[in-house]
Amino acid sequence: MKRVVITGAGTINALGHSVPATLEAMREGRCGIGELEFRDVDRLAIRIGGQVRGFEAEGRFNRQQMSLYDRFTQFTLTAAKEAISQSGLQFHGDLAARTGVVLGTAGGGVSTWDDNYRSVYEDGKNRVHPFVVPKLMNNAAASHVSMDHNLKGPSFTVSTACASSNHAMALAFQMVRSGAAPAMITGGSESMLCFGGVKAWEGLRVMSRDACRPFSANRNGMVQGEGAGIFVFEDYEHARARGAEILCEVAGFAMTSDAADIVMPSKQGASRAMAGALADARIAPDEVGYINAHGTGTAANDKTECAAVADVFGPHADNLMISSTKSMHGHLIGGTGAVELLACIMALRDGVIAPTIGYEEPDPECALDVVPNEAREARVDVALSNAFAFGGLNAVLALRRI
Amino acid sequence: MNISDRVVAIIAEQAMLDPSDVTPDSTLEDLGIDSLGLVESIFAIEEEFDITIPFNANEPNASDFDISSVQAIIDGIHQLVSQKA
Repeated sequence: MKRVVITGAGTINALGHSVPATLEAMREGRCGIGELEFRDVDRLAIRIGGQVRGFEAEGRFNRQQMSLYDRFTQFTLTAAKEAISQSGLQFHGDLAARTGVVLGTAGGGVSTWDDNYRSVYEDGKNRVHPFVVPKLMNNAAASHVSMDHNLKGPSFTVSTACASSNHAMALAFQMVRSGAAPAMITGGSESMLCFGGVKAWEGLRVMSRDACRPFSANRNGMVQGEGAGIFVFEDYEHARARGAEILCEVAGFAMTSDAADIVMPSKQGASRAMAGALADARIAPDEVGYINAHGTGTAANDKTECAAVADVFGPHADNLMISSTKSMHGHLIGGTGAVELLACIMALRDGVIAPTIGYEEPDPECALDVVPNEAREARVDVALSNAFAFGGLNAVLALRRI
Repeated sequence: MNISDRVVAIIAEQAMLDPSDVTPDSTLEDLGIDSLGLVESIFAIEEEFDITIPFNANEPNASDFDISSVQAIIDGIHQLVSQKA
């Protein structure tokens, strides 16, 4: 078994177009959620979201690339470039042959579906662009990363709703840990902030019209975000041999299924995933200093997640910090675990805990240290990152300071 | 069918019961309708009457729309339908 470390990170999301910009926003407790801007937004009841602003595809990508890259692919390629460049890895020969790309996304090219359905149904056109299929397919982003960076190892896309990125990163971790690959590019992305994407979520009646306030007694739902988080997972010995900067260690993971309800979360499923990740990483519960919560800001998730944390950690639940950065960047659905992993890296490497902003009223059912409203300095040795998806599919990663 | 009968028919269908088993004082819980069933019932009622019901599953008791019993729901629909007219 190899030890696995992170040697590169990249992102684009509502808080920033790079990792340093995003971490700065998290330190400052800045909110990236605002009024949505896109066609037909006036026909929506939910009009806020964590939209990526000031991102112009023109200039970054040429005309031919633009016709092949949905927004979720554009986000992925932008973040992958940052991550791979930070790692310093160059992919040739055996390293290129064995390194692959495992990414998460729930919806893939949602705005490509949206635009083209509009074109054929609403505008009555009978012809669509020839690249609609390669543009919208869920694996488009992973494939373009592999092509851009000459990665010829195992590459595929994982789709488990809100846990997609965590499942993807867990699989990439397994490949490096087992020795199957010396490095893997992993993470995820999502871009559902278009009329059809938000309209679908609106139907479920779990969205907030004003703000995402995880764990706060007056929370009233989730807010969608968009963007990507991409990482380079690398064999520790391989990274050390080349003198790479190590951001943190990925120590273990667990995946569980509730086998209960298609939308309601389960305390047992969440507990088993957290306890399982600790057992896999051989970490005692009282070593955990920070949990990046799934923390969606819905009534159901937050109280279930807090109860699960209390179950797994017992009295230590009162000593650890747990925050939801969704309050700042929104819920990136299939990309969310990837962007949230950045908060774990910041806790472990920089000793800064990202806050849960928008916190206004204590909820007795969420009586944990949720790092309300302001970031905090603290030395953390071990962090967990939670993701609990619709469908009852849970994936938790355990990370260690190095 | 009057408003009351139409609402009862929708709730009965959701609960997989005969409309005669849906009494005014039943709660949705009594009828075996869970949170997902509630959201689906509200959607069906909105479609039937072409109205918008202010309902957020995160705070079911926060809006003026009372869902504590079948009668409360019927009264609320009466009000929304008359406001629309």
